[in-house]
Amino acid sequence: MARQPGRGAPARSAPALSAPGRSAPARVSARGWGWQHAGRPAKAIHDLDLEIAPGERVLLLGPSGAGKSTLLHALAGVLGGEEGADEFGTLLIDGAPVAESRGRAGLMQQDPDAQVVLSRIGDDVAFGAENLSVPREEIWRRVPEALEQVGLKLPLDHSSSALSGGQKQRLGLAGMLAMRPGLLLLDEPTANLDPAGVVDVHDAVRRSLDATGATLVVVEHRVSVWLDVVDRIVVLAPARAGEPGGVLLDGAPAEVLAQAAGMLAAAGVWVPGRVPAVRPRTFSATDDAGSHLLLDAEALAVSRQAGTRRHPAVPAAVVPSVRISAGQALSVTGPNGAGKSTLALTLAGLLPAVGGRLEASPALARGAGSAPLKWRGRELISRIGYVFQEPEHQFVTGTVRDELLFAPRLLGRGEASADGLLERLRLGHLADANPFTLSGGEKRRLSVATVLAAGPQVLVLDEPTFGQDANTWAELASLLTELLDAGTAVVSVTHDSAFTQVLGGARLVLGAPTDAPVEVGDNHVRMTPSASLPGAESGAQSGAESGAASEPVPEPVSEPGVRR
Amino acid sequence: MSVDVLAAPRSKAWLAGANPLAKLGAAMAITVALLLSVDWVSATAALVLECLLLPLAGLGASLLLRRGWPVLLAAVVGGYGTALLAPKTGEVLLSAGPLLFTTGSVESGVAIALRGLAIALPGIIVLASTDPTDLADALAQKLRLPHRFVLGALAAMRLVGLLVAEWQTLGMARRARGVGSEPGFFSGLRASLGQALALLVQAIRRASRLAVTMEAKGFGAGPRTWARESVFTRRDAAVAAGGLVMVAVSVGAAVVLGTWNPVFG
Repeated sequence: MARQPGRGAPARSAPALSAPGRSAPARVSARGWGWQHAGRPAKAIHDLDLEIAPGERVLLLGPSGAGKSTLLHALAGVLGGEEGADEFGTLLIDGAPVAESRGRAGLMQQDPDAQVVLSRIGDDVAFGAENLSVPREEIWRRVPEALEQVGLKLPLDHSSSALSGGQKQRLGLAGMLAMRPGLLLLDEPTANLDPAGVVDVHDAVRRSLDATGATLVVVEHRVSVWLDVVDRIVVLAPARAGEPGGVLLDGAPAEVLAQAAGMLAAAGVWVPGRVPAVRPRTFSATDDAGSHLLLDAEALAVSRQAGTRRHPAVPAAVVPSVRISAGQALSVTGPNGAGKSTLALTLAGLLPAVGGRLEASPALARGAGSAPLKWRGRELISRIGYVFQEPEHQFVTGTVRDELLFAPRLLGRGEASADGLLERLRLGHLADANPFTLSGGEKRRLSVATVLAAGPQVLVLDEPTFGQDANTWAELASLLTELLDAGTAVVSVTHDSAFTQVLGGARLVLGAPTDAPVEVGDNHVRMTPSASLPGAESGAQSGAESGAASEPVPEPVSEPGVRR
Repeated sequence: MSVDVLAAPRSKAWLAGANPLAKLGAAMAITVALLLSVDWVSATAALVLECLLLPLAGLGASLLLRRGWPVLLAAVVGGYGTALLAPKTGEVLLSAGPLLFTTGSVESGVAIALRGLAIALPGIIVLASTDPTDLADALAQKLRLPHRFVLGALAAMRLVGLLVAEWQTLGMARRARGVGSEPGFFSGLRASLGQALALLVQAIRRASRLAVTMEAKGFGAGPRTWARESVFTRRDAAVAAGGLVMVAVSVGAAVVLGTWNPVFG
């Protein structure tokens, strides 16, 4: 499999000056390796035997809690400082313990904001190389080369905060490349990105691997993103005490997927060609559109900046008309920075509009006034629910049960409904756990449940499917089709076209902002004329899409590389 | 979406090209000199000279007012308080019930207000013309402060900008849960405290992820090189000399005019 023949003794001093752009790819070997985090009753990973040859490209799969991230962190050498943790067996890079292999591996994490260290992109790329004591002249040779490799054609003093999520991930990759690592470790690198960002990161990784020949280990729920890059899939077994751990399946991608597609899908992996089964919509409210109008907006201008009389806020988006009716779905889509979330926040009464008109109908207001922004918190939650992109932002208590009971208590309702929701969303066994300790999928389910516990007539969700495995995705989609059929209006800000199709309803496509970071010479710049801001009349063009739920849904993630 | 408080684009002003340590040294010399005496001549002289320097720092009058109004306010309040409480010598200017101002007390008040401004302005000039990254480079390379500490602080400062955006988001996220819907001061206070705690939790989680990124990039172990060399140039000599000239002029003027009034002795 190895694309590069092993080069014997590893070149562990990082600067491999002889071959510009590359150092020897790394070999990874785990023998009976395991790790137990401090204070945890069970090991995160145990009995792992795994050999990865230099230059191999491995996709690491496994159910949630199989220790995939732990393995990546260990290989990156960032687990060593943990006090009270226990390590078992050996984990070697090029035959040396990871602690002695500083600079041989580069790690990319899920959160793009945690990827950037310094405020100018040139300095940020140089940071890793500086830490490896690379001479100054050599650093400044490597920095533009690395930025070029990841396709980030921006001036070196460009602000790193002004980048989009996908650009930040590529900046992080450039920083790694400047360290000339033999091993790239990617921990769900595209989970928080929009489709264009996913393609950019995929292409950058692929180009870098082709140029450097480095070994790759990538963890990702969505197999299709990396299928054309990897040459091997390794499936880890869940690390349960008393059961054998280690590797469950190992082989060429086609083989592993043919053998175990069902098992992987059951574990929540997004297997190419498989779409999780979702409860279809049984009842479409589009026939009597307008009869139960809940929210009505016209010429709505939205912005996060408040603006003053002398300096009015520049709207992030201006939407000609939005009508939200009971039992109807509305999907807000568009590129990053088009003002989708800002619009959703404004519709939900959380952000003041900077222009236009937003009115709650009497059916929704129920005597509380027609401006959602003026409603008290208690009035708001029983009318409009908002699920934020980051579940942690909305946790306000110490246990899962209290979290669910928070809204019913505030509204003076009974506490019986909470147990039903707990069981419905498979959170019953976690009732006494702290919300912050849950897994990503559990947090998402809890954050939706807490908002639903107040029984809102309009439910607004911001990127609810970002980073979710196939199981949580299907549960969420099923729950929403059920709510829609029961008469709740659902507004979702999403890039996920499969999700949009399952929910049906209308689409509102926002245009690109004019001040988006534009990359010089980039051939797929996300600039569409901002003059074309098509408004969507809810229900007007929804006929074609509302029936889509029962039809086979296409592959959720567009095949990478297709756009080029 | 992030509000970048501390990483404004690098200023093109003349002073921005000077080494931060030279600027800090000059500013400190002026501050110390002004602390030694309470008289209005030295303060006025220093203040006039500092105002002449503003264009070199790229600071216009309107920008200065927008950034420095709290300092101006503090100086005015301090001057007013001094005029109210200082020994009442000279002629009475205003007497209204408990309020009594004389020429002597007003003179003291003006001296204090001018002094406050003259001491604060060098700090504003240094802050406005200094890039945090340059400062960190200078502190670690020239002053030999531990680079772990300096670069850790620099990376943390970048996150402060993110916190501003995070605070707004948390406020909306918590309103969407119905938090803070009770009317009244104490429930409002409780809601704000809860939000501050949530912000702290988010800050710590993001910081620990950033720490993992830095560690994975080999930070903190062993010696390192510096991509940006912190150097002293002729411009820094000019900055230091300029600081000394300002000290000499303001102190000299006060001594010559006989207003020099040392605080000690």
